[in-house]
Amino acid sequence: MTLFLNILVDGVAYGMILFMISVGLSVTMGLMRVVNLAHGGFALLGGTFAHWFAADLGLPFWPALALAIAATVALSVPLERVIYRRIYGFTDLQQVLATIGLTFLMIASVNLWQGSSLLSVPLPEGLKASVDLGFRTLPVHRLLVIAGGLAVVLGLWLLLERTRFGIRLRAAVDNRGAASAHGIDTDRIFMAAFALGAGLAAFGGVLGAEILPIDAYYPLRYMVLFLIVVAVGGMGSIAGSFLAAIGLGLLETAARYLAPDFATITFFALVIALLALRPNGLIVRTS
Amino acid sequence: MKSWIPPLALLALAVALHFALPYNLAFLTRILIMAVLVLSLDLVLGFAGIATLGQAAFYGAGAYAAGLFAIHAWADPIAGLLVAGVAGAALAFISGLIVLRAHGLTLIMLTIAVAAICHEVANKARDLTGGADGLRGIRMEPVLGLFEFDFVGQTGFWYALAVLATVFAFLTLLTRAPFGLSLRGIHESPERMAAIGTSVYWRRVAAYTIGGAIAGIAGALSAQVTQLVSLESFSFTLSAEALIMLILGGTGRLYGAVLGTLVFMFVHHWAAANDPFNWLFVIGALVLAVVFFLPRGLVAVPTALKRLGGRDAGT
Repeated sequence: MTLFLNILVDGVAYGMILFMISVGLSVTMGLMRVVNLAHGGFALLGGTFAHWFAADLGLPFWPALALAIAATVALSVPLERVIYRRIYGFTDLQQVLATIGLTFLMIASVNLWQGSSLLSVPLPEGLKASVDLGFRTLPVHRLLVIAGGLAVVLGLWLLLERTRFGIRLRAAVDNRGAASAHGIDTDRIFMAAFALGAGLAAFGGVLGAEILPIDAYYPLRYMVLFLIVVAVGGMGSIAGSFLAAIGLGLLETAARYLAPDFATITFFALVIALLALRPNGLIVRTS
Repeated sequence: MKSWIPPLALLALAVALHFALPYNLAFLTRILIMAVLVLSLDLVLGFAGIATLGQAAFYGAGAYAAGLFAIHAWADPIAGLLVAGVAGAALAFISGLIVLRAHGLTLIMLTIAVAAICHEVANKARDLTGGADGLRGIRMEPVLGLFEFDFVGQTGFWYALAVLATVFAFLTLLTRAPFGLSLRGIHESPERMAAIGTSVYWRRVAAYTIGGAIAGIAGALSAQVTQLVSLESFSFTLSAEALIMLILGGTGRLYGAVLGTLVFMFVHHWAAANDPFNWLFVIGALVLAVVFFLPRGLVAVPTALKRLGGRDAGT
């Protein structure tokens, strides 16, 4: 029972991190039809900025987190304007290549700026403390991650279902031409969605730094993981990404607890089996 | 341009480079081996249109198969190549049966996942593969019983060049045969090929399997020449770099694959020699430049120039 609860808590926390980072990717790929392999790069940028603000400039954790997200978003907008906008119409393969090139540039930039060592983000005392759950003690940080993930789910749901921006975004996803004919500025909607995705990646990157440590090669190391979440969830589906992230988080955590030597193999084998059965993911967008 | 001119020019260039850079034979041999890998990718991606980012799976399978075969069974290089080809083909066939049912992004994902599993298996099976330390202690017999592998790398270079030329010739014949033509057809329009009664799925599996065999041979060459197999053989970076080389040269033309490999490897070498920390800048910028300005690769440059000239002449 304790084992089961351990898997549940750690798996959900891990899944929330995966969700926060991947949901932006799911929106970009579902919405703009860009195979964006550089998405993990925005999580890296967020983590690097947070490290710089917190460890090098000595800012407290929360302002460092906020500034890191702001800085990542501020970088993502010109990138969308200059690079992504041009590759929307390319073939899958060219998008893969262009975004791999972009990933290399991001890695090299971080490497040049901060070196290739681990970029830690010091946590405040409050987050380092532990709470007693009865069956085990848990760092407060894990609870924050879970709460952050739930807040992102709720916030995205409200944003998409309850705001004018959400209505326009959904219209632009379903039929860009028709949306544009109704006077919706799809260019700006896409730019805002891209910036939102980059900001979420930065948020997830910083919050998840304890579980997925940040260094210059971060985007390449975890690229496959983020893509798997999106592919399993179904592109462009936020509910699908959430289900996939939590499910894969639990699956990998369970595998690590139960069969540590075969965790990665079990994980990939199950993902392959799942995608072989449902090539379009758990939740298929019909549009 | 006559179709036999570019391959002959490349062959002459390889021989010329051998004499121009006699102290860099290890590097030149590395280029030849990568060219074999990129050729295998050209068959799978350029001709059959299967977008894959996991070609390293078959390269690595071939490398480990050749290394283990040489250590435990027989150290003959040619036999090792055959064993590696069979290993690459077997892995490609089995994984292809599942992977090729998917399309687009899911297909790319699955190919990455297959290579990631292989990486993990090789990492965990320490007793057999040496895990993260790599597979050591490969001692090869002379090629054809005549040519000893020497320290300078003479034998390694000529051996790799001979294999590359053989693979090139084989692929030239294959892509001109009805099988190759049907692959082109599938690439252009799978629906139309299915409508005229071609089994699209099985031809893709066949192309994927042959591509796996050739990638396995490339891996075997690397294992035999360097006498070492490391986990890097299965790395995502290797798959990604092979893809970049192919697109740089231009897909669908075999000499494009070789040309792309040559240019990429020299740029890589030069960038890494000038600044070992930031060569990724150069590679990243190169990739973006190719995608934006040369989407058809280097092989399209002469055509583009000719068209430019043609416009001047008023045609």
